[in-house]
Amino acid sequence: MNTLFAQEAQIPDIEWSLIWPLLILSLAGVILITITSLVPRTRTGSFPAAFTAASAITAAMFIPSTVARVNDQQLVNGRAEFYVLARSIAVDNFTLFITGVICLAVAMSAFLLDDYLRREGLESPEWYALLMLSASGGVLLASAEDLIVAFVGLEILSIAVYVLAALHLRRSESQEAGFKYFVLGALSSAIFLYGIALVYGATGSTNLRGINDSMFAVNDRGLVPAQDSSLLLVGIAFMLVGFAFKVSAAPFHIWTPDVYQGAPSPVVGFMASGVKVAAFAGFLRVFLYGFSDLQEEWLPIVAALAVITLVVGSFVAVVQTNIKRMMAYSSITHAGFMLIGLHSATKDGLGGSGGPEILGSSAILFYLFSYSVMVLGTFAVITVMGRTGDGQHSIDSYRALARSQPLLAGLFVVLLFAQAGIPFTSGFVAKFRVILAASEDQNYVLAGVAMLAAVVGAYLYLRVVVAMFLEDETDDAVDVAAADAGDSEPIDVPPAVLTVLVISVVVTLALGVLPDLGGSFLDNAAATLTQLRD
Amino acid sequence: MSASMIFGAQNVSWPLLPSLILVPVATVLVLLVLPKSRPDYLKVVALAGTSVTGALSAYLLWAFNKSDGGLQFVVREAWVEDLGLQWFLAVDGISLFLVVLTGLLFPVTILATDPHHDHKPYYIWLTLLMAGTMGVFMALDMLLFFVFFEVVLVPMYFLIGGWGHGNRVYAALKFFIFTMAGSALMLVALVSTAVLTARSTGNPLTFDVVELAQTQTLGRTAEILIFLAFALGFAVKVPLFPLHTWLPDAHTEAPTAGSVILAGVMLKLGAYGYIRFGLYLFPNAAHSLAWLFLTLAVVGIVYGAVVATMQTDLKRLVAYSSVAHMGFIILGIFAFNSLALQGAVIQMVNHGLSTGALFILVGWIYERRHTREISALGGLQRSAPLFAGIFTLVMLSSIGLPGLNGFVGEFLILIGAFQTVQWFAVVATTGVILAALYLLWAFQRVFHGTPDGENAKMADLRVSELFSIVPLLALIVFLGIYPKPVLERIEPAVNQLLAHVEANVQELDQQEPEAPPVPAGVQQLTEALEGTETGGEGE
Repeated sequence: MNTLFAQEAQIPDIEWSLIWPLLILSLAGVILITITSLVPRTRTGSFPAAFTAASAITAAMFIPSTVARVNDQQLVNGRAEFYVLARSIAVDNFTLFITGVICLAVAMSAFLLDDYLRREGLESPEWYALLMLSASGGVLLASAEDLIVAFVGLEILSIAVYVLAALHLRRSESQEAGFKYFVLGALSSAIFLYGIALVYGATGSTNLRGINDSMFAVNDRGLVPAQDSSLLLVGIAFMLVGFAFKVSAAPFHIWTPDVYQGAPSPVVGFMASGVKVAAFAGFLRVFLYGFSDLQEEWLPIVAALAVITLVVGSFVAVVQTNIKRMMAYSSITHAGFMLIGLHSATKDGLGGSGGPEILGSSAILFYLFSYSVMVLGTFAVITVMGRTGDGQHSIDSYRALARSQPLLAGLFVVLLFAQAGIPFTSGFVAKFRVILAASEDQNYVLAGVAMLAAVVGAYLYLRVVVAMFLEDETDDAVDVAAADAGDSEPIDVPPAVLTVLVISVVVTLALGVLPDLGGSFLDNAAATLTQLRD
Repeated sequence: MSASMIFGAQNVSWPLLPSLILVPVATVLVLLVLPKSRPDYLKVVALAGTSVTGALSAYLLWAFNKSDGGLQFVVREAWVEDLGLQWFLAVDGISLFLVVLTGLLFPVTILATDPHHDHKPYYIWLTLLMAGTMGVFMALDMLLFFVFFEVVLVPMYFLIGGWGHGNRVYAALKFFIFTMAGSALMLVALVSTAVLTARSTGNPLTFDVVELAQTQTLGRTAEILIFLAFALGFAVKVPLFPLHTWLPDAHTEAPTAGSVILAGVMLKLGAYGYIRFGLYLFPNAAHSLAWLFLTLAVVGIVYGAVVATMQTDLKRLVAYSSVAHMGFIILGIFAFNSLALQGAVIQMVNHGLSTGALFILVGWIYERRHTREISALGGLQRSAPLFAGIFTLVMLSSIGLPGLNGFVGEFLILIGAFQTVQWFAVVATTGVILAALYLLWAFQRVFHGTPDGENAKMADLRVSELFSIVPLLALIVFLGIYPKPVLERIEPAVNQLLAHVEANVQELDQQEPEAPPVPAGVQQLTEALEGTETGGEGE
């Protein structure tokens, strides 16, 4: 008995309590499907949405206690991270920050989905289950300490979203979006996986620490590359492509406008917030930590990606007339800003006391959070404005919205100006932080390009503002006819959607006036990113 | 330089400067809850809020210590400590009068104009604009300045787009995008200034203008590039030739209130920026690139005047006259001479008063006649004699007739500039003649002759209208006769600024040509204007 017990003790001690958010999100998805399969589909009402929001909030409630444990441990032995599941998952302030943002995105998307599905007559619990599973994949990706786990996280995240994009059964655009997203996404996943294989071949490890340790070896000539670097570099390049696809950085952005246009509006809100945040989190951890020693090789590529992304995103947006396509290009432009943050978050050889990296890391984390909040509010408006059939997304259907729906237009205009980066909104602070980080890193050209792209991008948001506030409904006869034909359905703003919108606007303004609201969590998360390499 | 010399004594015990921003913001909150069906209430509340702010700015003028050239009423609160951002508000003799001008023009505008539709958002945007403009003139943290500089675009954009004429949406977009594009690189420049300074001094990051100006550690190339990025943003705002193309559109299509505020206050943001973030922050770069700005300024003076002469639209004519007048101000700033710089500062106030009044008068003509075409108007002197009289006074002030305010500024600028940049001053003088040409010619066509049809029936000024414009007229005359109270407050600040420039520009002494001797008569006139000989304390 005693020996048997001793043998059992050999089983590694898994600290499940550290990964509650991950467990809750994935289990809640399965439980939801199980429960609702016992009840007739038409009788579930708002239960799935409430259950999803409650699960996301519950998952988020474990974050503060875990943060406290992480910080306590840092006081004890200086390490601000825990590793669970055989060192394949890292629980640190960075993971927890990203988890918080993803949980927020899930809860807000669930609020939007509830009324959307009722309006479209598509009520079914699969949407919510897929939403939570996708979120659990995102959390897994953000915390992955091992490339295989990162790939599993990425696939869970993506596959659920492919399905969500195609789930509006009565709209052929939705099917098309789902299919396009799947085909291109699968291709990028394959390239990503091939990259992992090459990296493993070169370094003999899939663990980020192992990869980092094996890059250089000390011999009599000092620090030299320890392995076949061409194999490694090709692997890194392939992984870079995979991440660039997921964060929709140009030239790997081609899918974004079509998918954003076709997919159901609340799902797009989640894609632009939760999915993007998770993909960036994985990108940051793998590249800033795993491949940090080779940054001279991949940093110029990230810089070039950032410039191309900013230019393509802002200039192509100008000619769009569909608001969801506009938001797709806007999301591409914002990805460009975030890439500059990532670029500045790398260790620079110029010395200094860790200043620039911290600024870069905190800039990108602030950007991810504030952009997620803005874009969820934006898609709350778009969901409402799409009306039954989710089809009215022409900029013309926003004409004179300030007259018919002054509250909706007033709240929306705050979010639009925030995305344009006007002061006293979180969008300005995010932009400023990125510019500051880039300047600290002496990348003045990148900063300048970003600002010029922001001006071109501002035109996009102003066009929507013009339509809502400065144009009359009866500008010409054609529009009147169009109005009679299709716009007759009144705009209905359900309380749940309004709640999401108000939360989003309040957070956006609050962070604009008091930029360091809740700053220590952000700073600790940013510090984690830079300390991982030490 | 000791801290007390920089900051001066604390004049009042309560936060006067923040209240200049917070009172309009509080007014906006009140306006938000008022019903939109009662435009009269809305107007009274907006007028009350902006008037209280104006009264506070008048109190500021009274409490200001005139012998102190440094910053006064300093308020500092940390904003984002990690990034070195602070709420740093203060005024000196240069910004003081711009703050007072803002405090004056907003209530006058609200009293003198009527939006005709959508009263609630109109008053909200106008009051919000006042808060933002006050912020720009008082902010001495670079980022805080930029924040206000950018945020004032939003209310002005809505004012032009929502209550403007004809091509209003195009004008509003052009205004917004032009200005934003100009200031895009400014953000990079100001961040780089802070970062480079922090790196070379080893101090924590700061955006404090005073601290950065005292440090002066940028390399020459960096300083020039950064200065140019700032200058581009200001050049759009001023506007300097050839970046002025947004101005005629914006001014012409804007509602009267928009034009008044745009010309009266917002153009000064650029000129003020050149003083505070050009001369003060980057003295070396500003001095070595002065030729560029002097050239653009005199080109603007002549070009603006010539184009104004050709205009057929009265409002567009006034708009182009602004291009010329702002050219004088830039000439005064980059002449690096105490008289010229004092002239530039007082000319900002004068231009705000006279062009603001001109726009109000043109707006009233439009309300009565529904046209601004000069050819469609005529003989208004017969039908509206009082109107014509007031227009004459304001127009003469804009031309720069001695005895009215416009003369004081232009004269000081030209005298000062003549001492340091002679030939630029010579060319600029033609602008004075051209101003007489285009304004008098326009006046002749609009007011002289025999009125026909609608023109014969044009109503004269109402008492309420007269009441709203009288403060501007009174100041136009008062500053023309007795500018000393203004100049004696500007002078210490200007001299302190030029001393700072001189201390930091190494090659100033070798480069400077010998100043030509000032004729005795001019010397006396200058001194009389400044009141240095009389030394009296006023009436």
